[in-house]
Amino acid sequence: MASLKDLRNRIASVKATQKITKAMQMVAAAKLRRAQEAAEAARPYAERMETVLANLAVAYEGREDAPALLKGTGGDQVHLLVVATAERGLCGAFNTSIAKLARDHARRLIADGKTVKILCVGKKGYDVLKRELSQHIIDTVDLRSVKQIGFKHADEIGARVLKMFDDGEFDVCTLFYSRFKSVISQVPTEQQLIPAVFEKDENAEGVVYEYEPGEEEILSDLLPRNISVQLFRALLENVAGEMGAKMTAMDNATRNAGEMIDKLTITYNRQRQAQITKELIEIISGAEAL
Amino acid sequence: MAEAFHFELVAPERLLVSDEAIEVVVPGTEGQFGVMKGHAPLMSTIRPGILKVRRPNGNVDEYFVRGGFAEAGAEALTVLAEQAIPVQDLNAEEIRSQIQDAEEDVKDAKNDEAKQAAETLLSQLREVEAALKAS
Repeated sequence: MASLKDLRNRIASVKATQKITKAMQMVAAAKLRRAQEAAEAARPYAERMETVLANLAVAYEGREDAPALLKGTGGDQVHLLVVATAERGLCGAFNTSIAKLARDHARRLIADGKTVKILCVGKKGYDVLKRELSQHIIDTVDLRSVKQIGFKHADEIGARVLKMFDDGEFDVCTLFYSRFKSVISQVPTEQQLIPAVFEKDENAEGVVYEYEPGEEEILSDLLPRNISVQLFRALLENVAGEMGAKMTAMDNATRNAGEMIDKLTITYNRQRQAQITKELIEIISGAEAL
Repeated sequence: MAEAFHFELVAPERLLVSDEAIEVVVPGTEGQFGVMKGHAPLMSTIRPGILKVRRPNGNVDEYFVRGGFAEAGAEALTVLAEQAIPVQDLNAEEIRSQIQDAEEDVKDAKNDEAKQAAETLLSQLREVEAALKAS
């Protein structure tokens, strides 16, 4: 049985923890709002880009002279997985669920005899994946010191992926990130970047555009940009998702700490009363013995 | 009086402008072009340069844009630029550092094609610098 002093110490320590988790929750809530705004602000660009590319891509479907980024290298032997996670933990299953999706995908590919290369964006994904797939991880991009993710960060990663593609280091590139659905729901998502896949817009307006310069030039100009844009969007969605997950996790932690404090306080009071009763009995029985 | 149409200037980070405009002059890859209401559908990539927007109230706003494309239709013009900065917020240093980068690219270019691309970019950036100084 823990002594009264032990109990007092424990209550004090749980209270301190609760204060920290509470503070973290509030910080996450404030950051979430900003991250959400950033993610929403980036949406129009990514969406417009996608529509335009989808329109252009339809014209090139099945054609031999389509740009490599659109039709791929022809093979699918080497896969590059770009796994975007958060830099920090303490946000529930957020990082694990992205890493898990990527790991399952990688396992499947390896079982099929494919070569898998992994590029981690964010430290936490690396931490999870290195346990099992460390020989496949080619590098980790560290964004820890970055406060607000800008387009240039995504562009750097994009340039790197493109360079690897140009050097023929992989055939298919898939991006893993978490789509921000709402504060309490983030969906781990995989998206194929190279060769690019577009959702076909069946009711696309039949406007015939004049292209300047030619369609081909525009397409070959836009496809590499699109990689960066998609990465940028993924990173922003990730930040928003991370903050949402962190908020929920910290809210739970605060509540659990509260429950624990209540329980400990009850035990503490019981023991204190037991001790008082014991002392009284001792005094009374001592007096009676005289 | 010319009629107004809808103009949007979008950067990856945010939507800069979504408003009415009378006329927009876009620095296209194959030359500047002006867009007014009722323009034929046109899709063009853009080169680094100054984009001018004439508003219904007669004001002219200028933006430095770099990389991306413009999509013009009869009712609307959308410009998606990788970088878009209002000219009044643009400082000479920003341009100069971009010019420096471009100069390095020209030096580092491995083949003729890359070199040519880098040189084109450099000359376009120089033009912008000159235009800014003049104004």
